[in-house]
Amino acid sequence: MDTANIGELPAVPDARALQATKPSSDCLDVPESRPLLLACGRQLAPYRIAYKTYGALNEAKTNAVLVPHALTGDQYVASPHPVTGKPGWWETMVGPGKPIDTDRFFVICPNVLGGCMGSTGPASLNPSTGRPWGLDFPVITVGDMVDAQVALIDQLGIDTLFCVISGSMGGMQVLQWAARYKERVFAAVPIAAAAWHSSQNIAFHEVGRQAVMADPNWAGGRYLELGKEPRNGLAVARMAAHITYLSEEALQRKFGRSLQGLDAKSFSFNADFQVESYLRHQGSTFVDRFDANSYLYITRAMDYFDLAAEYGDVLANAFKGTRTRFCVVSFTSDWLYPTRESREIVQALNAVAANVSFVEIESDKGHDAFLLDEPELFATVRGFLNAAAHKRGLPTPRRSS
Amino acid sequence: MLAPGKQPVYRADHLLIAQMVARGARVLDVGCGDGSLLQLLADTKAVDGRGIEVSRERVNACVARGLSVIQGDADIDLADYPDDAFDYAILSLTIQATLRPKEVLEQLLRIGRSAIVSFPNFGHWRVRARLLATGRMPVTENLPEAWYVTPNVHLCTIKDFAELCRAVGARVEQAVAFNAAGRKLGTWVPLTAHNLLGEKAVFMLTRRWRG
Repeated sequence: MDTANIGELPAVPDARALQATKPSSDCLDVPESRPLLLACGRQLAPYRIAYKTYGALNEAKTNAVLVPHALTGDQYVASPHPVTGKPGWWETMVGPGKPIDTDRFFVICPNVLGGCMGSTGPASLNPSTGRPWGLDFPVITVGDMVDAQVALIDQLGIDTLFCVISGSMGGMQVLQWAARYKERVFAAVPIAAAAWHSSQNIAFHEVGRQAVMADPNWAGGRYLELGKEPRNGLAVARMAAHITYLSEEALQRKFGRSLQGLDAKSFSFNADFQVESYLRHQGSTFVDRFDANSYLYITRAMDYFDLAAEYGDVLANAFKGTRTRFCVVSFTSDWLYPTRESREIVQALNAVAANVSFVEIESDKGHDAFLLDEPELFATVRGFLNAAAHKRGLPTPRRSS
Repeated sequence: MLAPGKQPVYRADHLLIAQMVARGARVLDVGCGDGSLLQLLADTKAVDGRGIEVSRERVNACVARGLSVIQGDADIDLADYPDDAFDYAILSLTIQATLRPKEVLEQLLRIGRSAIVSFPNFGHWRVRARLLATGRMPVTENLPEAWYVTPNVHLCTIKDFAELCRAVGARVEQAVAFNAAGRKLGTWVPLTAHNLLGEKAVFMLTRRWRG
């Protein structure tokens, strides 16, 4: 892809816009001759998948772990974010000696198609116009994201992934991988995920998208060309979404009705309450690192996700003949992807007598629990991966932990 | 996993069940608890094992030690499995705690080519003596809880279980009664004697009907 004219771009000349076109990570550039056939019927070529790897691929290429990220994640799963400088989004899980042990496994984390950290998305340049894609970018699906990752895995010379593991939208990609590329996934761990997006989840996403599009700076999606940014709209979208990642209990425990740096109410619409101040902070830090159009496209992809629909409306058919070892994980207080929806996945896997473990973890931290310090989650992933690695014939690590 | 050098102590019924299971078989352990039977079968018979357990804490402990176990309920979740999904569907000391033992047994026979069921024998002489002598629900080593807290809501004797087997169309391939030390009673002993002297029993069943 031609990124030489980045300098001529009138758009937001900041570190983030640079990441969209010139990412700090490795990149796979798929040429025009190998287009990606998208679910919408359009073809995408050329396209780029930006990715990070950690650890070393063994000689037999049997120790690769793919970690697809969630809605607002990126490829920096275990290294500092190039824009914010903050630690990787899953450093509690991925790293040397961690449950996904990079001393043992070769971890691959790609930025999703439609993302804004270097993979082709609405903030990338449309090669046919030389301008950012904006809304000319095709609407993509979770299946399209996975198909693009297949090109990356092929390029890395990996036939079968030892494991595909992640949470939330990452978990949807895990399920899509396990259904569409059965023979290429030895083990699969969908965490805090579902096989379809519920009406309530679509509803929340629509609120977020409407907030973005109601911001005049969105400018019909052409804000990058115009050097604008719908910061307020995207911040509101993030604030609303962030509430859904927590739980009532966690919010009450963390903030209660406490006031933020005040002795008494201000009788204004300032952020009197700590919870307001917290949400505003979440909103404003998010817009520093995320592209508004990417937010629209990726939330749409999640809304469209319905694995059973691809298999005659019977979820079990998606897994027919699977030899993959599954470990499904949910959290008690996750009301965005409740345990009930994980159990549906388990029932479908049982219906085809698949090898499945299912763990519900007690936590009051809501959907976000999968990203947080949850010892039981770590123990589950470590135990499951150890047993799977043994079956896969991978050597046992010297360190005992 | 066990600490090195520590010898595991296996439950008597688990050792008997392990003798009945063929090497490399596909096994479902319903009510697998802490996973000790699955571990025993994996270690000694190299089975492809799965478990269902109702307690979340126990499930998580099983998965953390590398066993394939799901959180689920024998009374509800067996219906999800296809016919003949396993070579053996095992219910060890669990049937007496199910809400609908007959349906659970039928499900076991459907999803397993063989079903293996172990249970505490309520017809054991000590239980009978306790009831006769005190006039109260027996509390024994095997059935240690008072009637109002026990999870064992459907207790039966060996004779009762044999009758249930007939009722659901199961063929008894093997039946073993044993005492506290895990000593099997000789096969020459009549059923009535098993029912009196066996503290627990293990039955291996197949179905007479074709699924």
